[in-house]
Amino acid sequence: MTASGWLQIALLLVVLTGITPLLGGYIHRVFAGERVLLARVLGPVERRSSALLAGSEPAGQDWRGYAGSVLMFSAVSWLALYLVLRTQSIQPLNPQGFGSAPWDLSFNAASSFVSNTGWQFFGGERTLSNFSQMTGIAVQGFLSGAVGIAAGIAIARGFANRTSKELGNFWVDLIRALLYVLLPLSIVGSAFLVSQGAIQTLASDVHLSTLAGGTQTLALGPAASQKAVMLLGSDGGGFYAVNSAMPFEDPTGLANFVEMVMMLAIPAALTATYGRIVGSRRQGWVLYAVMVVMFLGGAAVAYPAESRPSPAMRAAGVHGLNMEGKDQRLQVSDSVLEAVAGTTTGNGSTNAALDSFTGLGGSIPMADIMTGEVIFGAVGSGLYGMLLMVLLAVFVAGLMVGRTPEYLGKRVEAREIKLVTIGAIAVPLIVLFMTAWAISARYGLRSIFNAGPQGFSETLYAYTSQANNNGSAFAGYVGFLQPHAPGNAGASGVPFADLAGGVAILVGRFLPMLAALAVAGSLSGKRTIAAGAGTMRTDTVVFAVLLLATITIVALLTFVPSLMLGPLVQALTPRLF
Amino acid sequence: MLRQLRSSVVAVIVLSVLLGLAYPLAMTGLAQVLWPHQANGSRVEADGRLVGSTLIGQDFRGMTRYFQSRPSASADDPAATQASNLGPNSAALARQLHARLAAFLRRERPYDPDLTAAAVPADAVTASGSGVDPDISMADAAIQAHRVAAVRALPLATVMHLIAEHTDGLSGGLFGPVSVNVLALNLALDAVRSR
Repeated sequence: MTASGWLQIALLLVVLTGITPLLGGYIHRVFAGERVLLARVLGPVERRSSALLAGSEPAGQDWRGYAGSVLMFSAVSWLALYLVLRTQSIQPLNPQGFGSAPWDLSFNAASSFVSNTGWQFFGGERTLSNFSQMTGIAVQGFLSGAVGIAAGIAIARGFANRTSKELGNFWVDLIRALLYVLLPLSIVGSAFLVSQGAIQTLASDVHLSTLAGGTQTLALGPAASQKAVMLLGSDGGGFYAVNSAMPFEDPTGLANFVEMVMMLAIPAALTATYGRIVGSRRQGWVLYAVMVVMFLGGAAVAYPAESRPSPAMRAAGVHGLNMEGKDQRLQVSDSVLEAVAGTTTGNGSTNAALDSFTGLGGSIPMADIMTGEVIFGAVGSGLYGMLLMVLLAVFVAGLMVGRTPEYLGKRVEAREIKLVTIGAIAVPLIVLFMTAWAISARYGLRSIFNAGPQGFSETLYAYTSQANNNGSAFAGYVGFLQPHAPGNAGASGVPFADLAGGVAILVGRFLPMLAALAVAGSLSGKRTIAAGAGTMRTDTVVFAVLLLATITIVALLTFVPSLMLGPLVQALTPRLF
Repeated sequence: MLRQLRSSVVAVIVLSVLLGLAYPLAMTGLAQVLWPHQANGSRVEADGRLVGSTLIGQDFRGMTRYFQSRPSASADDPAATQASNLGPNSAALARQLHARLAAFLRRERPYDPDLTAAAVPADAVTASGSGVDPDISMADAAIQAHRVAAVRALPLATVMHLIAEHTDGLSGGLFGPVSVNVLALNLALDAVRSR
């Protein structure tokens, strides 16, 4: 641990807190249809695109209509990506002659990127052509992020609506999220990353002989443009197998800092957008404060944990920091901070091998995801996930004092709470079910790399990450076998891991989203009642503490037993396995 | 329903062209004009020959006149990036670390008799996250300097000076710790010899 390491954590939060109201206010103006500066250039494009997709007079949709559009658009996106992956061998820009991906791997990958997950059973540099990366993977970085933002905004509108049942028009929101938020930020972000050393070229492999006389192949490609949107839009996939550890994606300490800001910016800003939509900025700041406290808590545990040698290092007589799986330019401080940033947001982009983190250090990214991706979370889905937890907290408080719970002046009734419960327990249920299945079946054990409790941790992490649409991994867990052969000839998927993961991803994305849309539809237009003396305020520190406790207790009750079996048992013993 | 399907298909096609072709191609054009060196992989040449990228580590094992890179789980192959993914309580990892520590001491102790196992920094014996870590720590470089200076018959001060020149001190350690670029340092050493 160093002073500069802690200083960097502090600086990250200062920058983020500065960005939140600015970007959040901007996003609010964009979705309220106000004229923003960029509209002078992009206004005509926006109007023509909206007209093309939603007609010249886009009608407002109720929650069912909005959800229908989301599902249809995502289904078509899924099919498009699946087809790109399956037909790679006949596409252009494929000088390495990569073959098409196996069907099961394609199912997993298409589900992953369309659902804003970014989980990768494959290493892009060995399996995907530049064409597949650009038109398949990177496109979904934009589209899945925009779907998330649109859904988040629509749900916030539902919470705010006093009379109307309309949540907005999906197509209009989608275009605005892309044109005014993700695209301009990606252009600026990728330009900055290139200036730091990230690559951006259409060339593929460059063969050279090294200074020591060996051979090396630089696998190049349009990495920066893809990286930028993967960070901003929460998808989080890497151009390379090791994601941000690869210097071509994350070349310097400064680039790494900016990449963390890019990951956190939109999920954090959406809390401010939410405050503006519901007409009380304090409501937004309460959500932001809870997120920051949980973020800091994770960093404060993981940073010291990784600053000590692991049991394997101790046994070998190696002193110092746990540098296994970490790059020197990033070291422990940047590796841990990025791991926390990548798992509290639904991004999943990491720059170190989480599989080699210490027991305690590795339990933090896992626990971050297990909160249901509501500490910042992915773009949009973090916001609506948090709103479900808010309703749960309000409900719990209501039970304690025996009053009908209210939120924003609206009664929270049985229908809403049923939906909240579905949204809140569906994902933990599928995580635990898939993990249990995977460790009790022969075909599930095939994917495990490490012996002992770490093998269980890998499995638990895999389904936690996929079902919560995070995408980071204990990367020893395999779903794809890649022999040493030209192109990806002879490669094959591990069907159980690919299919179980893909199903977990799809359920984890769309079930909570539908539940949240339904809650928003139910609250939308509900009669508001004036706050009385007995009304519990939801814009206070007391409520923030209650919300924090609710999130923590729900996650703890669900996952502590399984955490004990994996990472925590390793934190408690010096034994080697 | 049909209308939604039509909109979805149109949207996916139009947006794939805009975001999957126009955007990355425009960014490639911009990057190639503004930052061609970085955009093409920060390549370095020696004697007019391409010898690598300063962002990608290389294997110098067995060549005592060069500074050695960190251990790699991918044999320093940037076309197949990989970390070891061995867990914190892995017996296999402990065996690897034990062997690497012994090898490090065998290599450096003849030139630095006071070197103890406790003084060997962890980054010198652990495998990196990328498999192609281009950097080593200052502590590792300071130990290896004894060997490199002796093998090349250079004053230790000259080697230490070169290390300082190839240290990333730009951000003063705030945005990542100070580290030494191995390929750039080794190229600089070769330039000294030929001077």
